[in-house]
Amino acid sequence: MSKLNIIFLILFGVVLGLGCYSFIYAKGYSYMSDDPKACVNCHIMNENMDSWIKGTHHHVAKCNDCHLPHNIVGKYAVKALNGFNHSAAFTLQNFPDPIRIREHSLKVVKSSCLSCHQPMVQAMNHGGKNINEETNCLHCHRNVGHVK
Amino acid sequence: MTKSKGIFLAVGGAAIATVLLTALLVNIFERKTEAKNVFYRVVELTDDMDDPAIWGKNFPHQYDSYLRTADMRRTKYGGSEAFPHVPTEKDPRDVVSQQKLDEDPRLKIMWAGYAFSKDFREERGHAYMLSDQIFTERQNVTKQPGTCLNCHASTYVLYKKLGDGDITKGFEEMNKIPYKEIVHSVNHPVSCIDCHDPSTMSLRVTRPAFIEGIRAFKATQGIKEYDVNKMATRQEMRTFVCGQCHVEYYFKGADKRLTYPWADGLKADQILEYYKKDSHKDWVHAETGAAVLKAQHPEFEMFNQGTHARAGVACVDCHMPYERMGAMKITNHHVQSPLLNINKACQTCHNVPEAELKARAETIQDRHMELRNIAFDALVDYIKDLKEFKDVDLTKTPNKKLAEARDLQKQAQFLFDFVEAENSSGFHAPQESARVLGLSIEKVREGQKIVAELRREMKTTK
Repeated sequence: MSKLNIIFLILFGVVLGLGCYSFIYAKGYSYMSDDPKACVNCHIMNENMDSWIKGTHHHVAKCNDCHLPHNIVGKYAVKALNGFNHSAAFTLQNFPDPIRIREHSLKVVKSSCLSCHQPMVQAMNHGGKNINEETNCLHCHRNVGHVK
Repeated sequence: MTKSKGIFLAVGGAAIATVLLTALLVNIFERKTEAKNVFYRVVELTDDMDDPAIWGKNFPHQYDSYLRTADMRRTKYGGSEAFPHVPTEKDPRDVVSQQKLDEDPRLKIMWAGYAFSKDFREERGHAYMLSDQIFTERQNVTKQPGTCLNCHASTYVLYKKLGDGDITKGFEEMNKIPYKEIVHSVNHPVSCIDCHDPSTMSLRVTRPAFIEGIRAFKATQGIKEYDVNKMATRQEMRTFVCGQCHVEYYFKGADKRLTYPWADGLKADQILEYYKKDSHKDWVHAETGAAVLKAQHPEFEMFNQGTHARAGVACVDCHMPYERMGAMKITNHHVQSPLLNINKACQTCHNVPEAELKARAETIQDRHMELRNIAFDALVDYIKDLKEFKDVDLTKTPNKKLAEARDLQKQAQFLFDFVEAENSSGFHAPQESARVLGLSIEKVREGQKIVAELRREMKTTK
């Protein structure tokens, strides 16, 4: 093995080691799970976690149940996208506080409501003037998941 | 690729990757550290320290935002705008706010004969409360009592000094001393010690006038011997500390005791009732000869008539909202218009876009200002009507109708001024503001009927 290759490998090893350490230190692995504790790795979510624990839905739904699509590809795609946006925002500190849900994330949440409650509410989205307008469950049921 | 170039690229690439990874690692470490609430007690605070800089050593975030009350920013109808001012010996300020007497000359007519018709600039942030009052032209046209300092300076330590530890006694002493003498005994605008207990940091009321005023008001609700510092809830205190100054008041009797006229209630017409019984007047109107009143800045009273107060919101929730410092939430001590901080001030409760919330607030204010202008024109018209009777001395030629007409000016003017002087352009309680302006217009209408009769009488006697 040439000297150059050895230097390459050592450098690669250092960067890999530093990367792995950072990943473990930041509890990066926890983001693969459904454990709500992963969401409070970032303390911005403390209040949401606190109110979810006291909320009416905490027996039946965790963060991921409402905030991610209910299919395996969509789930991890949105998880990756949101995860990247969240960590970038948290690192750069360039987000509004109180935090606001984005249009795309709101769509995911609304469809999550339906994935459990569809049989009960399907009649509600028919026959209105604006047939294309989706009913926003959260307009009235704001605090079923968490207040903040 | 040459060997040396390869080495260069490998080392360079690895160095950049290492820098980025380390930066991220350090950032993650910093964010994690934020979650540990660290509090350093640098100085031991006592009940005699009125210098906010010393408190600021223990509470640097709060102090930093407190210092920002020096900022000057406008909203559509309020806030202050910086105008350059050539410093003179009398007035060394190099920046002042806009002159409201020039913006709306009707104010000069309403306040004719009173110091406010000489100089009335837009109020600036807390940082200027003392200097703006020392250097206003009003100080040169009239002699003020020390009472003014109750709300224009940090006076808690002075109360204790003058009263040998008894703040009420010190308050009474301070009121009696002329302003120009006692002003040298204060050093700061409102400071930490005026609202906080230094040993627990809990909120406290330090102004005897509020302690007495709120006791009188609570008595109207059947609560006897109300002691604000013992009986108020935490959320009430977050409004009461502001209500120590942002109120309607007058200087009672020869001792110039600062008094909040709440014994009949907090509404404008209830306060007017109170003044009727007290027969207090602020000055005699120069153009009409009527004994009249000047309303101050009744934010506390007006806010209490609104839907936000009803919902349990406190002044601090909107004007000093919580903001995040790392993982801590602290109260922003930069007291300012919520319209300059809609995200934190409004969106904590209202899940609506910022632009929409601003539009809602400004719609309320637009409508309010339209009605306010109608009422103001009516009042100024009425003052013009009464001018022709100015020289009638009622002690020599008693005339019941003229006395009544002058009293109606007093009422109409106070009701109008109550809304005008209130610092929210109608937002604190839109319907209540409209009701009070409506009452003011009604008083003008009643007065003009009497003036018509007086004119007829005078024609027949002539």
